Order: sequence, then C-alpha cells, then structure tokens
Amino acid sequence: MDSRHSDPDPGALAPVPVKILIAGGFGVGKTTMIGSVSEIQPLRTEEVLTSESVGVDDIDGVEQKGTTTVAMDFGRITMSRELVVYLFGTPGQERFWFLWDELAYGAIGAVVLADTRRLKDCFPSVDYFERRGTPFLVAVNCFDGARRYLPGVVRQALDLDSDVPVVLCDARDRESSKQVLIELVSHVMRLVSRQSSREPATTSAGRATPG
Amino acid sequence: MQWDRERHTEYWIDEAAGPLVRPYTMTGGRTRHSSTNFDLVAYVMTVEQAPVDVDLHPEHLAALEACQRPLSVAELAAQLDLPLGVIRVLLGDLLDRGLVMVREPAKDLNLLDERLLEAVMHGLQAL
Repeated sequence: MDSRHSDPDPGALAPVPVKILIAGGFGVGKTTMIGSVSEIQPLRTEEVLTSESVGVDDIDGVEQKGTTTVAMDFGRITMSRELVVYLFGTPGQERFWFLWDELAYGAIGAVVLADTRRLKDCFPSVDYFERRGTPFLVAVNCFDGARRYLPGVVRQALDLDSDVPVVLCDARDRESSKQVLIELVSHVMRLVSRQSSREPATTSAGRATPG
Repeated sequence: MQWDRERHTEYWIDEAAGPLVRPYTMTGGRTRHSSTNFDLVAYVMTVEQAPVDVDLHPEHLAALEACQRPLSVAELAAQLDLPLGVIRVLLGDLLDRGLVMVREPAKDLNLLDERLLEAVMHGLQAL
C-alpha cells in the first residue's frame, strides 16, 4: 500500500485499514452487530454540526441555528499486524448524507440491516448504496418473535437487483454476524472479478493468485 | 488556563456561528485543516522526540500521548472523547508543527485490490 506522505512512513508501523459499513434504520441492531464481532466494545465518535453544515436543502426539521450531535458507533477487528477491519455504523438520521459520504469513502462494502417489521426503514440505505455504487447486501435481523420472511420476499419488497445477496442473521450472535461479513466480502470479490474480467488483456483464468 | 486569557482575547463568535460549542473553543473556532482530510481510518503517529511547543493545549498533548503507537482518527476521537471536527483541527496543528505523521487510507480503487479482499476473507474466516 502506498502512502500519501513520502516522509518517514508511519505506514511502516500502521496497519492497512479496511472499512465496512453497517447501515439500516434506527434500532435495527447496527451497534449490536458491530459489538458481536468487534474485538473491542463499540466505540462512539461524534460530529457536532451547526445548521449551516447540514445544507440549505435539508434545513427543514433542524432546529434553527441549532447544533446537532451525530453519533457514529464503530468496532475493530485486527486481522493481523498489517490489516485491521473497522465496522462503522451509519448515523440513524439519513439527512446527514455528507457524513454518510465520509463513511462510505473508501469502504469496501456495506451491510444493510433490515427488520421485517419495519422494512421500509432500510429503504434510504439501499437507495444510498445503489446510487453511490457501494457494494452491499441486505441482512435480515431475525429478532425474537419477529416474523421470518423468506429472503426472496424481502428482495421483492425492497426491489433489489438480482445479484444483491439477502441473508438472514441474528445480529447478537458473533458467528451469525461473522457469516454476514463473509457473505459481503464474497459478494465484493465476485463484483471485482466480474469487473476485471470485462477488462481487455485478461487472456486466461488463474489470475488473482492470493499471497 | 493562562493561554486562554493571553491568546484568545478576540471574540470570534458571531451570529452565524450559532450557539458556542465548547470543544471548538480549543480550536479557535476553526473547523478544517487546509491540506489533509484526516479520514476516519487515517493513522496518526507521534513523531518520536519531536520538540514540543509550549503553547500547545492539553488536548494536543493528550493526542500526542495517545498516538505514541499508530492510532486511527476515529479511535483517537473516541479515546479523547472529542468531536471529530475538533480532533481534525488539533491534528492539523500537530501536523503543521511536524509533531505527528499521518497516513491517509488508500483510495477506493486500491481498496478493491483482490489480494486485500482475500486477506480480509481469510481473517474473517479465522475469527
């Protein structure tokens, strides 16, 4: 990985960070999912916004000349000395799109958590990632007592492209959350290899040898 | 807090600033650094044995202390319990003085490097 600064490189000691986003409506279990796989208790970082920074178009509903604190929870998984994965929960209020932009910048992909009782809460996240071209999947968080839908039904209700994976999960369960992330990375890898196979000058299979 | 009286006598709050947000008092009202983004997952590391200016705020010193080992901007903000905007201004000050080094993360295209994805996959499977 190259570094933007050419002077003594902190990169020699710092791992490569990989960002994955956990999105979805309020109370759907984003921080729960982060906490279930993170090696640390989810941390909270905050941004203080004035009405000015929210932007003219979105000023409705924001207290006049007020300040708002937007919280973003995140967790960390250290893969090795060279590689660390950060899981960032998106802020619940979708009007803070510019914060989403910052979060999505450089992210390899996103999990959109869905609650079948309030499926429409995840529409804005799905729209956002579709528009931005960020690879994502939909993970249906099966709360206790929540009606279980078949993934196909959820796919139809959300009008997802056929290649967007829909999986069921329990955000409280480490193994289940881990499987969701594995499914997401597989999805991203499929997209990347499809993209690179479209490029010219790729004459044979067997590229992308690991290591 | 001697420096507060000596250095910040001017009033930089105006109507457009809205209500005063306390953390920004330590940044002199600035909200952006000119040249560096300080991405959430940019890594910051304190330059060893850098001469420390006497006019640094306690929060600058806390950041220098925290970044003895490389630390991401998001983790630093959480650790010092300061808003990201404030952390970015403080880090800008430290960068200008050569007290920290910063490594911004790779751009989108590099991140979609297949070997990197393989490594993430292996790491997840090994959890």
